Amino acid sequence: MAVTNIVLAGLGGQGVVKASDLLSTTAFSSGLQVKKSEVHGMSQRGGSVTTDVRIGKQVLSPMVPMGEADFLMVFESTQVDLNLGWLRPGGVLITPDLIPEGELKNRKSLNVALLGAASMVMDFSEQEWVAAIHQCFPPKLHAVNEHAFALGRKLGAGLSRPEVIEGV
Amino acid sequence: MASTERLLLSGNEAVALASLHAGVRLGTGYPGTPSTEILEAFSLIGGPAQWSPNEKVALEVALGVSFAGGRTLVTMKHVGVNVAADPLFTAAYIDLTGGLVLISADDPGMASSQNEQDNRHYARAAIVPMLEPADSQEAYDFTLAAFELSERWRVPVILRMTTRICHAKTEVIPGEPRPSTLEPHFQRDIPGRVMIPAYARPAHHKVRAKMEEIARWNENSGLNRIYPGDKSLGIIASGISVMHAREAAPDATLLALGVTWPLPMRMITDFVNSVDRCIVIEEGDHLLYEALTVAGLKVEGKPEMYRFSELNVTRVRRIIAGDVSPEAPRPRGKPPELCQGCSHREVFEALSRLDCIVSGDIGCYTLGVLPPFEAMDTCVCMGAAIGVGLGLRHVLPEAEARRVVSVIGDSTFVHSGLTGIAEMVYNPPPTGHVVLIVDNSTTAMTGRQEHPGTGRSLNHEPTNKMDFVAVCKAMGVKNVEVVDPQKDEAKFEEILKDMMARDELSVLIAERPCILAVPLIRKLEKAEAEKRCAAGGCAAAPVE
Repeated sequence: MAVTNIVLAGLGGQGVVKASDLLSTTAFSSGLQVKKSEVHGMSQRGGSVTTDVRIGKQVLSPMVPMGEADFLMVFESTQVDLNLGWLRPGGVLITPDLIPEGELKNRKSLNVALLGAASMVMDFSEQEWVAAIHQCFPPKLHAVNEHAFALGRKLGAGLSRPEVIEGV
Repeated sequence: MASTERLLLSGNEAVALASLHAGVRLGTGYPGTPSTEILEAFSLIGGPAQWSPNEKVALEVALGVSFAGGRTLVTMKHVGVNVAADPLFTAAYIDLTGGLVLISADDPGMASSQNEQDNRHYARAAIVPMLEPADSQEAYDFTLAAFELSERWRVPVILRMTTRICHAKTEVIPGEPRPSTLEPHFQRDIPGRVMIPAYARPAHHKVRAKMEEIARWNENSGLNRIYPGDKSLGIIASGISVMHAREAAPDATLLALGVTWPLPMRMITDFVNSVDRCIVIEEGDHLLYEALTVAGLKVEGKPEMYRFSELNVTRVRRIIAGDVSPEAPRPRGKPPELCQGCSHREVFEALSRLDCIVSGDIGCYTLGVLPPFEAMDTCVCMGAAIGVGLGLRHVLPEAEARRVVSVIGDSTFVHSGLTGIAEMVYNPPPTGHVVLIVDNSTTAMTGRQEHPGTGRSLNHEPTNKMDFVAVCKAMGVKNVEVVDPQKDEAKFEEILKDMMARDELSVLIAERPCILAVPLIRKLEKAEAEKRCAAGGCAAAPVE
């Protein structure tokens, strides 16, 4: 009953929730069970935002337990240390440092670029991701997000998969 | 809708879809995290939905729909049920006609609320059945079941959700639409619907009898489910706790209660007797544990420390292990703040400079309490700014009384500020009073919903607009001024200062649209103007 846990963290307005929608849509469309959870309301006024995505054949709780994330994706460098506790030993940390300033046409698509990087060490095909981009964004934003995603895939080529650790 | 279609829906979206499939004639409610998206989603998929000024009115409108024979959905957050409690408690005595489902969206952990109340208490107190889904599929299924339950026993039904049910997206496989067979028409029923004491006394007995019947039905309702497992540990849970518990103790036998009031006591008793050790896993208060203990069942509850905040898998593991050692603190993160460019900033800067004692209220502007402003001294509930401010004015020494200003948002003012104005006019403090309405033309905190003061209905179509200036003047407030606190910052502060110096009643409206709402407002205004032009009304109706 293996479940892949992903925690996405950043600040309100950075598209953290959007990125989790894109990831969830990709996984769900591939036929897997997905649960995605975050907190709305006051926390979205520029404060810290985290969202949990859990993927597997069967997913129960919608919340990733502390210290059990296989992937921690952080969209804002000040939020990295704060959220490290989510990551399990051997889990993959993806930070905005992976996407250098100026590489993106629009820094607002950092969320999709980081997902592009993460996609290199996840089990979904590029076609599945692109289909999800088309599903989650209006047509006028397809090109910019596909570009960001492709850039992320290039820059994420060196990432390693989460280590398999006995009993984790 | 094909029955094999898989959808990834939030619990809120699932309730909306089920309401459409249940043939709801009208959905009403007031925005409040985590309930807000239900009516919005319902409207988007074609359901008739409208925002009411507050939850009490929303439930009253829904009661009318039910009396007319239509199914009706009423949505609100947990504290909203307090506002709607007056009609709710008597609605339970009344023989409803169309199914009425009230969504109580609770916020354990207080992600965006002023308290952590556990609305399971309301089912017991108001004598109303309560259903608690554990994921979006159950949110969909239970909503349909709740309408049928409501219509069968002619009672309101509460569907209690929590943040992690409302906002978590999980798989839903919808079924075929199951609308009511009722067609709206008026059927007079004076003893059933007119709750004078003579009719209410038998009605109380009647609703107690209905609950006994529903309890018997619930023994085999199909909404409570046993997940078989090892008999050495049995767990009884409801709502999201079911999922946490199944994950935390995958080998245990688990009874998932879908209908948590009235309880299926025979089913529960058999379950408890079938396992060696039985533990109740519930978020919030110890309600289920207490009910089962009173019934003489040997069950374990949770240590008091787990009454507070949300449960999760880690906490459920600890409860099962009886672990009461201190928990690792959650990452605190960056607190929320008023947006850059938000005109509440100028307002709170002025209040801070004038050393005001600020009686605050609920909304984005509550963030005025945080640094750098720290310009709020009280915040209790929707509308409290005015009453609390008046109380302060009545009793404080004059020099301090003059510094008191009530600050309330536009949506909050409509929700429950009007009665505060009536109080102010009726019982004016010796130093007068100043009410500051921070009007950003939207219900901002919950995600920019319309309200009676915006002149647009839930789906953003134009409707009648409530005029705050005219209302305040008509209610007897002597001084009413409107200023844009960003464009005319100095003038705003000057007027506020002047109002504070007078022994009179004043309302100052700080009017500037929420910067997040401006793009939509501009778009809607443009579309409305074009519509008027197309209708040949250009000259008669100039664009604002």
